[in-house]
Amino acid sequence: MVRVTDEVRRLRRRFQERAEESHIWEAVQLARHADRPYTLDYAERLFSDAFELRGDRAFNDDEALITLLARYHGQTVVAIGHQKGRDLSERTRRMFGMPHPEGYRKAIRAVDLAQRFGYPILTFVDTPGAYPGVNAEERGQAGMIARSILAFCQATVPVVATIIGEGGSGGALAIAVGDKVLMQENSIYSVISPEGCAAILWKDSGQAKKAAYAFRPTARACLDLGVIDRIVEEPHGGAHTDPAAAATFLDEALRQALSDAEQIPAAERRAARRAKFRQMGVWGVVDDGSTEAV
Amino acid sequence: MTPVEIDVQRPKGDEGGGRRHPNTCPECRSHYREDELRHALRVCAQCGHHFSVGAYERIEQLTDPGSFVEVGGDLRSVDPLAFVDLRPYTDRLLDAELATGLGDSMVAGQGRIVGRPTALAVMDFAFMGGSMGSVMGERFCLAADLAIEQGMPLIAVTASGGARMQENILALMQMAKTVGAVDDLREHGIPYISVLTHPTTGGVIASFAALGDVVIAEPGALLSFAGPRVVEQTTGEKTSADFGRAESNLRLGQLDSVVPRRALRSELAKLLMLFSPAEEEPTGDHAPPPPPSERAGLGPAERVRNLLRLRGRRG
Repeated sequence: MVRVTDEVRRLRRRFQERAEESHIWEAVQLARHADRPYTLDYAERLFSDAFELRGDRAFNDDEALITLLARYHGQTVVAIGHQKGRDLSERTRRMFGMPHPEGYRKAIRAVDLAQRFGYPILTFVDTPGAYPGVNAEERGQAGMIARSILAFCQATVPVVATIIGEGGSGGALAIAVGDKVLMQENSIYSVISPEGCAAILWKDSGQAKKAAYAFRPTARACLDLGVIDRIVEEPHGGAHTDPAAAATFLDEALRQALSDAEQIPAAERRAARRAKFRQMGVWGVVDDGSTEAV
Repeated sequence: MTPVEIDVQRPKGDEGGGRRHPNTCPECRSHYREDELRHALRVCAQCGHHFSVGAYERIEQLTDPGSFVEVGGDLRSVDPLAFVDLRPYTDRLLDAELATGLGDSMVAGQGRIVGRPTALAVMDFAFMGGSMGSVMGERFCLAADLAIEQGMPLIAVTASGGARMQENILALMQMAKTVGAVDDLREHGIPYISVLTHPTTGGVIASFAALGDVVIAEPGALLSFAGPRVVEQTTGEKTSADFGRAESNLRLGQLDSVVPRRALRSELAKLLMLFSPAEEEPTGDHAPPPPPSERAGLGPAERVRNLLRLRGRRG
């Protein structure tokens, strides 16, 4: 009698785990959906006027990361976002949204411009990660990501970052240090792709679904861990089913976040943003041999 | 497609099966007793290969004896995601602590180098591949806080495969958190010296490690965002033997200097001196070297005589 009850309980738990595993994997697939709106799709709907700032003024123009001077509800803003391509030729041209160091140098240039004129910065994060190629490495990929993060730390203008698709690793974080960080309902944000994690920890990239379940790249988990400030609703079935509705939801959330970010006095914004990220993390303090979470 | 965070090329000696003894040189196969190797700063006397150095041993190599005081030593990782891969994260943490005697992959604190006080943040690759999680991030910030409070420079010595996957998004956020600490240092005008050792890759090289006011590296260290294996697997490109090595990084303008371990302490002492205010004198056991004329024991008149004699001989 007792044994049967235990068995049923175990099965129920396994059933719940399986349901959650599927749910998380669904978010991964939706975040990568080929029809999901990209940065430029939202820019078209959110901004009344926009001018693309191209080139890093040093090497070339990286089309995996775009920067815009744009008008948002009557106010000039600087928009920075990863940009994937729709068809094969555009995808190749835009390197599937994976920037080289030039892309981050362009982002730094845009932050500098925003800073000089006091324009708020809106970023749109959607990348599998920074491009892991020999040329990218030789031109200082790591250092440029670090400098981009630093540029966002130093900005005294309001910064609102939104994860709109894949928030992959340092290549995503490079433009995601904001006073407010938002995530669309079906986007993902993680330190490594589920495939990469599976390849290392399970020694098999085919275990991506398991890896995703283990490390929970979902908006819900990020909100619970205090990494993001708000989840932005998407139309039922995902942003790609109704891009106009997705843009309306995003618009409402961005306006709110921007006005919240503008409440912070400019002189305190840098320290406040630093403090926001400083408290991220969970650790314990050893006390008489036991570890107590703080 | 994301660059894999932990990807460290195995040293040459590991190829072709058979486990290499940690004290056998992977380059030339010379073998050393533990005390010999420790005494030689873990540099191969035959070929100059730099072995890995643990955090406390590194601190011993660099600082004046008895001067180091640790901060944040009581911090430990907890398991926010209840992460289980082939083994639970908590098991891996316990094993790492038992194997290394460290609470996490970084030791933070303050000490003196040739008499000059400095904050230190030293990583240990033996603790879960030197991976960066919440505890490491907090310890780095504590070291930066110390530097700011006491107006002394910060020296970071890195060795890391990247961010710790078991803490996923919180590990990624440590990149922003540590760069925030660097921003804090910059706002307070505190010098920050970054020493990159083999290997420093992924999220660590792409955050605080790359941002030193001066960046130096040990010879042969692999310093890249994506490791060579990841580059080859994701892009199909071939990588050369010197891909991402300290020497290539120096040539490509990513570093200020490649410094052999034997010279590291004196180079750091020199930098601490150069970053110190003009009137400050070192307070420790080492007085500054006397000017050359005093050293030679010659007065100005003798020096002029010597000079004339030298010129006369040449003319």
